[in-house]
Amino acid sequence: MFFRIALLVLKKDFAIELKSYEILSTTAFFAVSCVAIFSFAFVKEGQAVEDAAAGILWIAIAFAGTLALGRTFERERYGETLKALLLAPAPRPAIYLGKLLGIVMLLFATEVLLVPMVAFLFNAPLFDRPVLLLALLALGTIGYAAVGTLFAAMLVRARTRDVMLPILLYPITIPVIIAGVRGTSALLQSPPDEPMATLWIALLGFFDVVFVTLSLWTFEPLMTE
Amino acid sequence: MVRRLLTTALSVVLTAAPALALQPPPAPDGFVPIDTLPPTEQLPAGPFLVGAYVFFLLLMMFYLWTIWRRLAKVESEMRELERRTERGQAR
Amino acid sequence: MQRLFIPVLILTAAMFAYSPVAIASAPYESTMLLVQKIFYYHFPAWMALTAAVTVCFVSSGIYLFKGHAWADRLGFAAAEVTVIFGMFGLVSGSVWGRKAWGVWWQWDARLTMAFLLELIFIGYLLVRKYGGPGSEKLAAAMGIFGGATAPFVYKSVDWWRTIHPKTSVMASLGETSPEMWYVVWFCTAIFLMLSGLLLAARMRLETLRAGLDRLYLAAED
Repeated sequence: MFFRIALLVLKKDFAIELKSYEILSTTAFFAVSCVAIFSFAFVKEGQAVEDAAAGILWIAIAFAGTLALGRTFERERYGETLKALLLAPAPRPAIYLGKLLGIVMLLFATEVLLVPMVAFLFNAPLFDRPVLLLALLALGTIGYAAVGTLFAAMLVRARTRDVMLPILLYPITIPVIIAGVRGTSALLQSPPDEPMATLWIALLGFFDVVFVTLSLWTFEPLMTE
Repeated sequence: MVRRLLTTALSVVLTAAPALALQPPPAPDGFVPIDTLPPTEQLPAGPFLVGAYVFFLLLMMFYLWTIWRRLAKVESEMRELERRTERGQAR
Repeated sequence: MQRLFIPVLILTAAMFAYSPVAIASAPYESTMLLVQKIFYYHFPAWMALTAAVTVCFVSSGIYLFKGHAWADRLGFAAAEVTVIFGMFGLVSGSVWGRKAWGVWWQWDARLTMAFLLELIFIGYLLVRKYGGPGSEKLAAAMGIFGGATAPFVYKSVDWWRTIHPKTSVMASLGETSPEMWYVVWFCTAIFLMLSGLLLAARMRLETLRAGLDRLYLAAED
Protein backbone atom coordinates (compact mmCIF):
# COMPACT_ATOMS: atom_id res chain seq x y z
CA MET A 1 0.00 0.00 0.00
CA PHE A 2 2.74 2.39 1.09
CA PHE A 3 4.87 1.81 -1.98
CA ARG A 4 1.87 1.74 -4.30
CA ILE A 5 0.97 5.27 -3.20
CA ALA A 6 4.56 6.41 -3.63
CA LEU A 7 4.57 4.93 -7.14
CA LEU A 8 1.24 6.61 -7.91
CA VAL A 9 2.65 10.02 -6.92
CA LEU A 10 5.70 9.31 -9.04
CA LYS A 11 3.50 8.29 -11.97
CA LYS A 12 1.49 11.49 -11.66
CA ASP A 13 4.64 13.62 -11.75
CA PHE A 14 5.93 11.62 -14.68
CA ALA A 15 2.74 12.07 -16.66
CA ILE A 16 2.79 15.84 -16.12
CA GLU A 17 6.46 16.11 -17.04
CA LEU A 18 6.08 13.98 -20.18
CA LYS A 19 3.51 16.44 -21.53
CA SER A 20 5.97 19.31 -21.83
CA TYR A 21 9.44 18.16 -20.68
CA GLU A 22 9.63 21.64 -19.17
CA ILE A 23 11.57 20.87 -15.97
CA LEU A 24 13.84 18.27 -17.53
CA SER A 25 14.89 20.47 -20.43
CA THR A 26 15.42 23.62 -18.36
CA THR A 27 17.32 21.73 -15.65
CA ALA A 28 19.57 19.98 -18.16
CA PHE A 29 20.24 23.24 -19.98
CA PHE A 30 21.05 24.98 -16.70
CA ALA A 31 23.45 22.20 -15.69
CA VAL A 32 25.23 22.42 -19.02
CA SER A 33 25.59 26.20 -18.71
CA CYS A 34 26.98 25.71 -15.20
CA VAL A 35 29.67 23.44 -16.60
CA ALA A 36 30.47 26.02 -19.28
CA ILE A 37 30.79 28.83 -16.72
CA PHE A 38 33.02 26.77 -14.44
CA SER A 39 35.18 25.67 -17.31
CA PHE A 40 35.98 29.35 -17.96
CA ALA A 41 37.00 29.73 -14.31
CA PHE A 42 39.10 26.60 -14.00
CA VAL A 43 40.87 26.32 -17.33
CA LYS A 44 44.34 27.82 -17.51
CA GLU A 45 46.18 27.99 -20.83
CA GLY A 46 43.97 25.37 -22.41
CA GLN A 47 44.49 22.95 -19.53
CA ALA A 48 41.92 22.25 -16.84
CA VAL A 49 43.07 22.70 -13.26
CA GLU A 50 43.74 19.35 -11.62
CA ASP A 51 40.71 17.82 -9.88
CA ALA A 52 38.45 20.51 -11.35
CA ALA A 53 36.24 17.98 -13.16
CA ALA A 54 34.95 16.36 -9.96
CA GLY A 55 34.11 19.68 -8.38
CA ILE A 56 32.43 21.04 -11.49
CA LEU A 57 30.32 17.91 -11.91
CA TRP A 58 28.97 18.07 -8.38
CA ILE A 59 28.41 21.81 -8.31
CA ALA A 60 26.43 21.53 -11.54
CA ILE A 61 24.34 18.72 -10.01
CA ALA A 62 23.71 20.74 -6.84
CA PHE A 63 22.71 23.93 -8.67
CA ALA A 64 20.57 22.12 -11.21
CA GLY A 65 18.99 20.20 -8.33
CA THR A 66 17.93 23.45 -6.64
CA LEU A 67 16.35 24.62 -9.87
CA ALA A 68 14.50 21.33 -10.37
CA LEU A 69 13.26 21.32 -6.76
CA GLY A 70 12.01 24.88 -7.02
CA ARG A 71 10.22 24.28 -10.33
CA THR A 72 8.66 20.96 -9.28
CA PHE A 73 7.06 22.43 -6.19
CA GLU A 74 6.17 25.68 -7.92
CA ARG A 75 4.05 23.58 -10.25
CA GLU A 76 2.36 21.96 -7.24
CA ARG A 77 1.75 25.34 -5.67
CA TYR A 78 0.30 26.86 -8.81
CA GLY A 79 -2.55 24.42 -9.01
CA GLU A 80 -2.82 24.07 -5.20
CA THR A 81 -2.29 20.41 -5.95
CA LEU A 82 0.04 19.77 -3.04
CA LYS A 83 -2.76 20.68 -0.66
CA ALA A 84 -5.03 18.24 -2.48
CA LEU A 85 -2.35 15.59 -2.35
CA LEU A 86 -1.94 16.06 1.39
CA LEU A 87 -5.70 15.85 1.90
CA ALA A 88 -5.79 12.45 0.26
CA PRO A 89 -6.27 9.52 2.67
CA ALA A 90 -2.70 8.35 2.19
CA PRO A 91 0.24 8.15 4.57
CA ARG A 92 2.24 11.38 4.27
CA PRO A 93 5.65 9.64 4.16
CA ALA A 94 4.44 7.76 1.06
CA ILE A 95 3.73 11.08 -0.66
CA TYR A 96 7.19 12.31 0.34
CA LEU A 97 8.75 9.14 -1.05
CA GLY A 98 6.92 9.59 -4.34
CA LYS A 99 8.08 13.18 -4.71
CA LEU A 100 11.63 12.18 -3.76
CA LEU A 101 11.69 9.44 -6.40
CA GLY A 102 10.51 11.96 -8.99
CA ILE A 103 13.29 14.42 -8.15
CA VAL A 104 15.90 11.65 -8.10
CA MET A 105 14.78 10.40 -11.54
CA LEU A 106 14.95 13.93 -12.90
CA LEU A 107 18.46 14.43 -11.57
CA PHE A 108 19.55 11.04 -12.90
CA ALA A 109 18.32 12.06 -16.33
CA THR A 110 20.34 15.27 -16.06
CA GLU A 111 23.42 13.33 -14.97
CA VAL A 112 23.16 11.04 -17.99
CA LEU A 113 23.85 14.15 -20.04
CA LEU A 114 26.20 15.83 -17.60
CA VAL A 115 28.70 13.08 -16.83
CA PRO A 116 29.74 12.28 -20.42
CA MET A 117 29.96 15.99 -21.09
CA VAL A 118 32.34 16.59 -18.16
CA ALA A 119 34.38 13.51 -19.10
CA PHE A 120 34.61 14.76 -22.69
CA LEU A 121 35.36 18.43 -21.97
CA PHE A 122 37.87 17.89 -19.17
CA ASN A 123 39.46 14.76 -20.55
CA ALA A 124 38.55 13.03 -17.29
CA PRO A 125 38.67 9.22 -17.07
CA LEU A 126 35.27 9.08 -15.36
CA PHE A 127 34.28 5.73 -16.87
CA ASP A 128 37.30 3.71 -15.76
CA ARG A 129 35.42 2.45 -12.71
CA PRO A 130 31.78 2.61 -13.81
CA VAL A 131 30.34 0.76 -10.81
CA LEU A 132 32.01 3.01 -8.24
CA LEU A 133 31.03 6.14 -10.19
CA LEU A 134 27.46 4.91 -10.43
CA ALA A 135 27.36 4.26 -6.67
CA LEU A 136 28.76 7.73 -5.93
CA LEU A 137 26.30 9.48 -8.23
CA ALA A 138 23.31 7.47 -7.05
CA LEU A 139 23.98 7.84 -3.32
CA GLY A 140 24.99 11.49 -3.61
CA THR A 141 21.90 12.39 -5.62
CA ILE A 142 19.60 10.57 -3.20
CA GLY A 143 21.13 12.30 -0.18
CA TYR A 144 20.88 15.72 -1.79
CA ALA A 145 17.34 15.17 -3.05
CA ALA A 146 16.15 13.73 0.28
CA VAL A 147 16.84 16.97 2.15
CA GLY A 148 15.88 19.09 -0.85
CA THR A 149 12.46 17.51 -1.30
CA LEU A 150 11.61 17.95 2.37
CA PHE A 151 12.57 21.63 2.49
CA ALA A 152 11.10 22.49 -0.91
CA ALA A 153 7.82 20.90 0.15
CA MET A 154 7.76 22.94 3.35
CA LEU A 155 8.64 26.12 1.53
CA VAL A 156 5.62 25.86 -0.77
CA ARG A 157 3.70 27.85 1.82
CA ALA A 158 6.43 30.39 2.53
CA ARG A 159 6.51 33.74 0.78
CA THR A 160 10.31 33.89 0.55
CA ARG A 161 10.72 30.39 -0.87
CA ASP A 162 13.12 31.35 -3.66
CA VAL A 163 15.81 32.67 -1.34
CA MET A 164 15.08 30.31 1.55
CA LEU A 165 15.62 27.06 -0.36
CA PRO A 166 19.36 27.61 -0.98
CA ILE A 167 19.87 29.04 2.50
CA LEU A 168 18.36 25.97 4.12
CA LEU A 169 19.54 23.37 1.68
CA TYR A 170 23.19 24.15 0.99
CA PRO A 171 24.66 24.14 4.52
CA ILE A 172 22.92 20.88 5.34
CA THR A 173 23.84 19.10 2.13
CA ILE A 174 27.45 20.30 1.84
CA PRO A 175 28.69 17.10 3.57
CA VAL A 176 27.04 15.11 0.77
CA ILE A 177 28.61 17.32 -1.89
CA ILE A 178 32.02 17.06 -0.18
CA ALA A 179 31.77 13.27 -0.11
CA GLY A 180 30.72 13.21 -3.75
CA VAL A 181 33.52 15.52 -4.89
CA ARG A 182 36.25 13.77 -2.90
CA GLY A 183 35.05 10.33 -3.99
CA THR A 184 34.94 11.35 -7.64
CA SER A 185 38.36 12.97 -7.55
CA ALA A 186 39.74 9.78 -5.95
CA LEU A 187 38.40 7.95 -9.01
CA LEU A 188 40.00 10.49 -11.35
CA GLN A 189 43.52 9.88 -10.04
CA SER A 190 45.76 7.62 -12.06
CA PRO A 191 45.62 4.89 -10.97
CA PRO A 192 42.15 5.35 -9.38
CA ASP A 193 42.26 5.31 -5.60
CA GLU A 194 39.61 2.64 -5.04
CA PRO A 195 39.79 2.25 -1.23
CA MET A 196 39.37 6.01 -0.86
CA ALA A 197 36.38 6.08 -3.22
CA THR A 198 34.81 3.15 -1.34
CA LEU A 199 35.27 4.99 1.96
CA TRP A 200 33.43 8.03 0.61
CA ILE A 201 30.70 5.81 -0.86
CA ALA A 202 30.23 4.21 2.57
CA LEU A 203 30.00 7.66 4.13
CA LEU A 204 27.45 8.75 1.50
CA GLY A 205 25.42 5.65 2.28
CA PHE A 206 25.50 6.60 5.94
CA PHE A 207 24.36 10.17 5.19
CA ASP A 208 21.55 8.83 3.01
CA VAL A 209 20.26 6.57 5.74
CA VAL A 210 20.30 9.43 8.28
CA PHE A 211 18.75 12.01 5.94
CA VAL A 212 16.04 9.78 4.46
CA THR A 213 15.06 8.45 7.88
CA LEU A 214 14.87 11.93 9.38
CA SER A 215 12.87 13.22 6.41
CA LEU A 216 10.35 10.38 6.49
CA TRP A 217 10.04 10.85 10.22
CA THR A 218 9.53 14.64 10.17
CA PHE A 219 7.51 15.01 6.94
CA GLU A 220 4.19 14.33 8.63
CA PRO A 221 4.41 16.96 11.43
CA LEU A 222 6.16 19.45 9.16
CA MET A 223 3.43 19.42 6.57
CA THR A 224 0.59 19.63 9.10
CA GLU A 225 -0.69 23.16 9.48
CA MET B 1 51.38 73.93 25.60
CA VAL B 2 54.74 72.44 24.67
CA ARG B 3 54.50 70.06 27.55
CA ARG B 4 51.07 68.92 26.53
CA LEU B 5 52.27 68.34 22.99
CA LEU B 6 55.22 66.41 24.29
CA THR B 7 53.06 64.18 26.48
CA THR B 8 50.72 63.48 23.59
CA ALA B 9 53.61 62.60 21.30
CA LEU B 10 55.21 60.43 23.94
CA SER B 11 52.01 58.54 24.70
CA VAL B 12 51.40 57.93 20.98
CA VAL B 13 54.91 56.55 20.59
CA LEU B 14 54.63 54.45 23.73
CA THR B 15 51.34 52.86 22.67
CA ALA B 16 52.31 52.43 19.03
CA ALA B 17 55.67 50.81 19.64
CA PRO B 18 54.38 47.62 21.34
CA ALA B 19 51.56 47.43 18.82
CA LEU B 20 54.05 47.59 15.96
CA ALA B 21 56.31 45.10 17.67
CA LEU B 22 53.40 42.69 18.04
CA GLN B 23 52.57 42.75 14.32
CA PRO B 24 52.93 39.15 13.11
CA PRO B 25 55.34 38.64 10.23
CA PRO B 26 53.76 38.00 6.80
CA ALA B 27 52.27 34.53 6.35
CA PRO B 28 54.45 32.00 4.57
CA ASP B 29 53.30 30.72 1.17
CA GLY B 30 51.22 27.64 1.80
CA PHE B 31 51.64 25.42 4.77
CA VAL B 32 55.04 25.30 6.42
CA PRO B 33 55.34 23.20 9.58
CA ILE B 34 56.27 25.70 12.23
CA ASP B 35 59.02 23.54 13.74
CA THR B 36 61.09 23.72 10.57
CA LEU B 37 61.19 27.50 10.65
CA PRO B 38 64.21 29.18 12.21
CA PRO B 39 63.46 30.44 15.74
CA THR B 40 63.53 34.07 14.62
CA GLU B 41 60.58 33.49 12.29
CA GLN B 42 58.47 31.81 14.95
CA LEU B 43 55.54 33.90 16.11
CA PRO B 44 55.32 35.14 19.67
CA ALA B 45 52.57 33.21 21.44
CA GLY B 46 51.55 35.93 23.90
CA PRO B 47 49.52 38.20 21.61
CA PHE B 48 47.63 35.22 20.17
CA LEU B 49 46.75 33.94 23.61
CA VAL B 50 45.68 37.33 24.92
CA GLY B 51 43.85 38.03 21.67
CA ALA B 52 41.77 34.87 21.96
CA TYR B 53 40.81 35.58 25.55
CA VAL B 54 40.03 39.24 24.92
CA PHE B 55 37.90 38.24 21.93
CA PHE B 56 35.88 35.95 24.18
CA LEU B 57 35.27 38.71 26.72
CA LEU B 58 34.27 41.19 24.03
CA LEU B 59 31.98 38.67 22.34
CA MET B 60 30.22 37.85 25.60
CA MET B 61 29.84 41.50 26.51
CA PHE B 62 28.47 42.27 23.06
CA TYR B 63 25.98 39.41 23.21
CA LEU B 64 24.80 40.34 26.69
CA TRP B 65 24.42 43.91 25.50
CA THR B 66 22.24 42.83 22.56
CA ILE B 67 20.04 40.73 24.86
CA TRP B 68 19.75 43.60 27.30
CA ARG B 69 18.88 46.06 24.54
CA ARG B 70 16.23 43.77 23.07
CA LEU B 71 14.74 43.17 26.53
CA ALA B 72 14.57 46.90 27.17
CA LYS B 73 12.87 47.45 23.84
CA VAL B 74 10.22 44.80 24.45
CA GLU B 75 9.58 46.08 27.95
CA SER B 76 9.17 49.68 26.85
CA GLU B 77 6.83 48.54 24.10
CA MET B 78 4.81 46.63 26.68
CA ARG B 79 4.53 49.66 28.94
CA GLU B 80 3.51 51.80 26.01
CA LEU B 81 0.82 49.31 25.04
CA GLU B 82 -0.49 49.01 28.57
CA ARG B 83 -0.76 52.77 28.87
CA ARG B 84 -2.64 53.00 25.60
CA THR B 85 -5.11 50.23 26.49
CA GLU B 86 -5.73 51.75 29.93
CA ARG B 87 -6.45 55.11 28.39
CA GLY B 88 -8.74 53.43 25.90
CA GLN B 89 -10.68 51.74 28.68
CA ALA B 90 -10.91 54.89 30.75
CA ARG B 91 -12.52 56.80 27.92
CA MET C 1 14.21 28.56 37.51
CA GLN C 2 14.35 32.28 38.25
CA ARG C 3 15.47 31.68 41.82
CA LEU C 4 18.44 29.72 40.49
CA PHE C 5 19.51 32.41 38.04
CA ILE C 6 21.23 34.81 40.47
CA PRO C 7 23.21 32.20 42.49
CA VAL C 8 24.42 30.52 39.30
CA LEU C 9 25.31 33.91 37.86
CA ILE C 10 27.41 34.76 40.94
CA LEU C 11 29.07 31.35 40.94
CA THR C 12 29.89 31.60 37.23
CA ALA C 13 31.27 35.11 37.61
CA ALA C 14 33.47 34.02 40.52
CA MET C 15 34.76 30.96 38.69
CA PHE C 16 35.27 33.01 35.56
CA ALA C 17 37.35 35.54 37.50
CA TYR C 18 39.42 32.73 38.98
CA SER C 19 39.92 30.91 35.66
CA PRO C 20 42.94 32.97 34.47
CA VAL C 21 44.75 32.04 37.69
CA ALA C 22 43.95 28.36 37.24
CA ILE C 23 45.00 28.49 33.59
CA ALA C 24 48.23 30.29 34.40
CA SER C 25 49.11 27.70 37.05
CA ALA C 26 48.47 24.75 34.74
CA PRO C 27 51.67 23.16 33.39
CA TYR C 28 53.02 24.03 29.95
CA GLU C 29 52.36 21.60 27.11
CA SER C 30 55.69 20.18 25.97
CA THR C 31 55.69 21.16 22.28
CA MET C 32 53.30 24.09 21.93
CA LEU C 33 54.13 25.81 25.22
CA LEU C 34 52.27 29.04 25.91
CA VAL C 35 49.82 29.08 22.97
CA GLN C 36 48.37 25.73 24.02
CA LYS C 37 46.64 27.62 26.82
CA ILE C 38 44.01 28.76 24.31
CA PHE C 39 42.79 25.21 24.74
CA TYR C 40 41.32 26.03 28.17
CA TYR C 41 38.69 28.20 26.50
CA HIS C 42 38.63 26.53 23.08
CA PHE C 43 37.51 23.08 24.21
CA PRO C 44 34.93 24.36 26.74
CA ALA C 45 33.43 26.61 24.05
CA TRP C 46 32.85 23.59 21.82
CA MET C 47 31.42 21.68 24.77
CA ALA C 48 29.01 24.54 25.46
CA LEU C 49 28.13 24.54 21.75
CA THR C 50 27.44 20.81 21.90
CA ALA C 51 25.11 21.36 24.82
CA ALA C 52 23.32 24.17 22.98
CA VAL C 53 22.99 22.10 19.78
CA THR C 54 21.56 19.23 21.79
CA VAL C 55 19.02 21.55 23.43
CA CYS C 56 18.09 22.95 20.02
CA PHE C 57 17.73 19.46 18.51
CA VAL C 58 15.60 18.12 21.33
CA SER C 59 13.38 21.19 21.64
CA SER C 60 12.89 21.31 17.84
CA GLY C 61 11.72 17.72 18.00
CA ILE C 62 9.39 18.46 20.92
CA TYR C 63 7.94 21.46 19.11
CA LEU C 64 7.44 19.48 15.91
CA PHE C 65 5.75 16.48 17.47
CA LYS C 66 4.00 18.01 20.49
CA GLY C 67 3.53 21.60 19.36
CA HIS C 68 4.53 23.28 22.64
CA ALA C 69 5.29 26.98 22.08
CA TRP C 70 7.95 27.03 24.81
CA ALA C 71 9.93 24.37 22.95
CA ASP C 72 9.93 26.56 19.87
CA ARG C 73 11.27 29.50 21.88
CA LEU C 74 13.88 27.35 23.59
CA GLY C 75 15.07 26.10 20.22
CA PHE C 76 15.46 29.68 19.00
CA ALA C 77 17.42 30.66 22.11
CA ALA C 78 19.66 27.60 21.84
CA ALA C 79 20.41 28.30 18.16
CA GLU C 80 21.56 31.81 18.99
CA VAL C 81 23.78 30.57 21.82
CA THR C 82 25.16 27.95 19.42
CA VAL C 83 26.13 30.62 16.92
CA ILE C 84 27.87 32.69 19.60
CA PHE C 85 29.93 29.81 20.99
CA GLY C 86 30.66 28.52 17.51
CA MET C 87 31.97 31.94 16.54
CA PHE C 88 34.35 31.94 19.49
CA GLY C 89 35.35 28.33 18.87
CA LEU C 90 36.22 29.07 15.26
CA VAL C 91 38.12 32.28 16.06
CA SER C 92 40.07 30.78 18.96
CA GLY C 93 40.93 27.72 16.87
CA SER C 94 42.03 29.93 14.02
CA VAL C 95 44.28 32.02 16.27
CA TRP C 96 45.76 28.87 17.74
CA GLY C 97 46.28 27.41 14.29
CA ARG C 98 48.13 30.53 13.17
CA LYS C 99 50.68 29.90 15.87
CA ALA C 100 50.80 26.10 15.90
CA TRP C 101 50.31 25.28 12.20
CA GLY C 102 51.43 28.58 10.68
CA VAL C 103 48.13 29.25 8.91
CA TRP C 104 44.92 30.93 9.96
CA TRP C 105 42.74 28.34 8.30
CA GLN C 106 43.25 24.82 7.05
CA TRP C 107 40.61 23.04 4.95
CA ASP C 108 40.72 19.84 6.89
CA ALA C 109 37.78 17.71 7.89
CA ARG C 110 37.24 18.98 11.42
CA LEU C 111 37.52 22.64 10.56
CA THR C 112 35.32 22.34 7.49
CA MET C 113 32.62 20.46 9.36
CA ALA C 114 32.69 22.90 12.27
CA PHE C 115 32.38 25.78 9.83
CA LEU C 116 29.38 24.03 8.26
CA LEU C 117 27.71 23.58 11.62
CA GLU C 118 28.10 27.31 12.24
CA LEU C 119 26.60 28.01 8.80
CA ILE C 120 23.61 25.75 9.49
CA PHE C 121 22.77 27.63 12.66
CA ILE C 122 23.28 31.03 11.06
CA GLY C 123 20.85 29.76 8.42
CA TYR C 124 18.49 28.86 11.25
CA LEU C 125 18.58 32.43 12.55
CA LEU C 126 18.08 33.81 9.02
CA VAL C 127 15.01 31.62 8.57
CA ARG C 128 13.67 32.89 11.88
CA LYS C 129 14.19 36.49 10.93
CA TYR C 130 13.17 36.52 7.28
CA GLY C 131 11.12 33.34 6.84
CA GLY C 132 7.79 35.06 7.38
CA PRO C 133 4.75 33.22 8.75
CA GLY C 134 5.25 29.50 9.20
CA SER C 135 8.98 29.86 9.65
CA GLU C 136 8.83 28.12 13.05
CA LYS C 137 8.45 24.71 11.45
CA LEU C 138 11.17 25.41 8.90
CA ALA C 139 13.47 26.42 11.72
CA ALA C 140 12.57 23.30 13.66
CA ALA C 141 13.49 21.15 10.67
CA MET C 142 16.74 23.06 10.38
CA GLY C 143 17.42 22.44 14.09
CA ILE C 144 16.81 18.71 13.68
CA PHE C 145 19.01 18.36 10.60
CA GLY C 146 21.69 20.59 12.13
CA GLY C 147 21.66 18.48 15.27
CA ALA C 148 22.04 15.36 13.10
CA THR C 149 25.17 16.85 11.51
CA ALA C 150 26.83 17.57 14.87
CA PRO C 151 28.00 13.97 15.55
CA PHE C 152 29.75 14.03 12.16
CA VAL C 153 31.67 17.11 13.24
CA TYR C 154 32.70 15.39 16.44
CA LYS C 155 33.79 12.13 14.82
CA SER C 156 35.31 13.64 11.67
CA VAL C 157 38.80 13.80 13.17
CA ASP C 158 38.74 10.13 14.03
CA TRP C 159 37.49 9.02 10.62
CA TRP C 160 39.70 11.10 8.39
CA ARG C 161 43.35 11.77 8.87
CA THR C 162 43.50 15.48 9.62
CA ILE C 163 45.80 18.00 11.20
CA HIS C 164 43.43 18.64 14.13
CA PRO C 165 44.10 16.55 17.29
CA LYS C 166 41.90 13.50 17.76
CA THR C 167 39.13 13.20 20.32
CA SER C 168 41.22 10.61 22.20
CA VAL C 169 43.47 13.47 23.40
CA MET C 170 40.80 14.45 25.90
CA ALA C 171 40.13 10.88 27.02
CA SER C 172 43.77 10.24 27.85
CA LEU C 173 44.46 13.66 29.36
CA GLY C 174 43.41 12.50 32.83
CA GLU C 175 46.37 10.09 32.90
CA THR C 176 48.97 12.10 31.00
CA SER C 177 48.47 15.35 32.88
CA PRO C 178 45.98 15.45 35.76
CA GLU C 179 46.61 19.17 36.43
CA MET C 180 45.67 20.09 32.88
CA TRP C 181 42.72 17.75 32.97
CA TYR C 182 41.42 19.43 36.11
CA VAL C 183 41.73 22.93 34.68
CA VAL C 184 40.04 21.95 31.41
CA TRP C 185 37.02 20.55 33.19
CA PHE C 186 36.92 23.53 35.54
CA CYS C 187 36.67 25.81 32.49
CA THR C 188 34.15 23.47 30.85
CA ALA C 189 31.96 23.78 33.93
CA ILE C 190 32.15 27.57 33.65
CA PHE C 191 31.20 27.51 29.99
CA LEU C 192 28.32 25.10 30.51
CA MET C 193 26.90 27.28 33.28
CA LEU C 194 27.44 30.33 31.10
CA SER C 195 25.52 28.76 28.24
CA GLY C 196 22.74 27.89 30.66
CA LEU C 197 22.61 31.49 31.84
CA LEU C 198 22.59 32.85 28.30
CA LEU C 199 19.83 30.40 27.40
CA ALA C 200 17.78 31.51 30.38
CA ALA C 201 18.24 35.20 29.55
CA ARG C 202 17.41 34.60 25.91
CA MET C 203 14.35 32.52 26.86
CA ARG C 204 13.11 35.35 29.03
CA LEU C 205 13.35 37.69 26.06
CA GLU C 206 11.33 35.28 23.88
CA THR C 207 8.73 34.77 26.60
CA LEU C 208 8.33 38.53 26.95
CA ARG C 209 7.98 38.84 23.18
CA ALA C 210 5.28 36.18 23.15
CA GLY C 211 3.53 38.05 25.96
CA LEU C 212 3.78 41.27 23.98
CA ASP C 213 2.21 39.58 20.95
CA ARG C 214 -0.66 38.39 23.14
CA LEU C 215 -1.12 41.92 24.47
CA TYR C 216 -1.26 43.31 20.94
CA LEU C 217 -3.87 40.73 20.00
CA ALA C 218 -5.87 41.56 23.10
CA ALA C 219 -5.62 45.29 22.37
CA GLU C 220 -6.93 44.79 18.85
CA ASP C 221 -10.05 42.96 20.04
